[in-house]
Amino acid sequence: MNIFAAIGQLFLSFCAEVGRTALFLKDGLLQGLTPRYYFNQIALQFFRIGYTSLPVVAMTAFFTGGALALQIYTGSSPATAGQLVPSIVAIGITRELGPVLAGLMVAGRVGASIAAELGTMRVTEQTDALVTLSTNPFKYLVGPRLLAAVVSLPLLVAIGDTIGIMGGYIVGTRSLGFNGFSYIKTTVDQLHFDDVSSGLVKAAVFGFIIALMGCYHGFNSKGGAQGVGRATTNAVVSSAILILAANFALTSLLFGKN
Amino acid sequence: MHIELDHVCKNFGEKHVLNGFSLQVEKGKSLVVIGGSGTGKSVMLKCILGILTPDSGSIKIAGKNVVGLRGEARDSFLNRFGMLFQGGALFDSLSVWENVAFGLVNGRRMKRAMAKDIAIEKLGLVGLSADVGKLYPAELSGGMQKRVGLARAIASDPEIIFFDEPTTGLDPIMADVINNLIVDCVKRLGATTISITHDMASARKIADEIAMIYKGQIIWQGAADMIDRSGNAYVDQFIKGRADGPIQMDVLKA
Repeated sequence: MNIFAAIGQLFLSFCAEVGRTALFLKDGLLQGLTPRYYFNQIALQFFRIGYTSLPVVAMTAFFTGGALALQIYTGSSPATAGQLVPSIVAIGITRELGPVLAGLMVAGRVGASIAAELGTMRVTEQTDALVTLSTNPFKYLVGPRLLAAVVSLPLLVAIGDTIGIMGGYIVGTRSLGFNGFSYIKTTVDQLHFDDVSSGLVKAAVFGFIIALMGCYHGFNSKGGAQGVGRATTNAVVSSAILILAANFALTSLLFGKN
Repeated sequence: MHIELDHVCKNFGEKHVLNGFSLQVEKGKSLVVIGGSGTGKSVMLKCILGILTPDSGSIKIAGKNVVGLRGEARDSFLNRFGMLFQGGALFDSLSVWENVAFGLVNGRRMKRAMAKDIAIEKLGLVGLSADVGKLYPAELSGGMQKRVGLARAIASDPEIIFFDEPTTGLDPIMADVINNLIVDCVKRLGATTISITHDMASARKIADEIAMIYKGQIIWQGAADMIDRSGNAYVDQFIKGRADGPIQMDVLKA
């Protein structure tokens, strides 16, 4: 095969993949998020996607906030550090690092588990069995996961933001010698509603990406254990890349020069 | 005719899996479809159920076209079906009784307590005690999983039941137990059934009629007791299990 054919092949299969994802997205929205709703499945997914991700997101945020505080301190002069550290930690965490790192961590945790679970259900014909039992797999499996991820991620990020800023506060007051009261005052003064809300909007988008990619790759996995493994990898990689790309797009949309 | 497929074609890329496939089953009859691996048996069942959409041809259930049904119409159509999957396809996150009651609770919106009673009753029909209901599928042997799958397939008293290789992977005695259960259950319900198998002992036991599929087409169909006198070289080779004959397997010779 010559090199042009190889590149063309790659491009065509990429286009086919995009098309299949778009069709899956359509089914996920039109079938998955319309009645009927399986409330116990929705509750279960909220527990799995939201609640059980809490420790991971909390720890990521805490250490990131702390590290951020140290880095900004080294980069700023002693005179300005007292102002810079709290404000950059707060803004950096809420706007960028909180949602992106939480998104990536949840993609690794939840995206993988969704793809592996649905992939196994696919290859063992459990998804077909759902159909024969008059249950639409999009409503029973995809919808609850999409819904739970879209709502859970902003909640997780809101908690992560708080803990991240707290991480910066602890490092700032304990090892950098800032005054606790003025640290909090600067944070409150510098942090605006837009900073937090933009991060939460991003988080909702990331949640959607994670659940969509997990479900899509899980649903389309074939060929036993190896196929499920490949689906899991693809789900994590594609959601991580889409999260970073979407983050750039959203940042330029929300904060770009008008 | 209860189930009628007319010139159904289904391609996967360049591969013609069903190639002008036609088949009829009368109401209350048991049809067994035999044929080698990869000849399109499972694809046929999935096309009837609407899990796959055929590229052309018509599929009628009780005279009504069922290709491309959506929404409510599809739900009520699927309520008439039961299916036993090859590997059981039990939901491993649910207990045995919840598996059996799944179609009743989720498909027909029955109260859980009532569905549980029916599930326990159906488990009894396949020779499993109420205690088994509390276990999870992973805790069961292959034969027990098949029996739970059978209980699930008949739980909503369907008028049409599909069996996908019901005896594959079981020892001969358990295979015969499953065959007997299938015959009993089907008689009790008066259901129309299509079974897929390459186990001839099973085919002879559960079939009223046998059809042989080869390269995506039915090449022979007749009463079960005619299978030994089909006069068809392909059928003869298959039921006798010979490597040489008109059917050539794609096996590389050393």
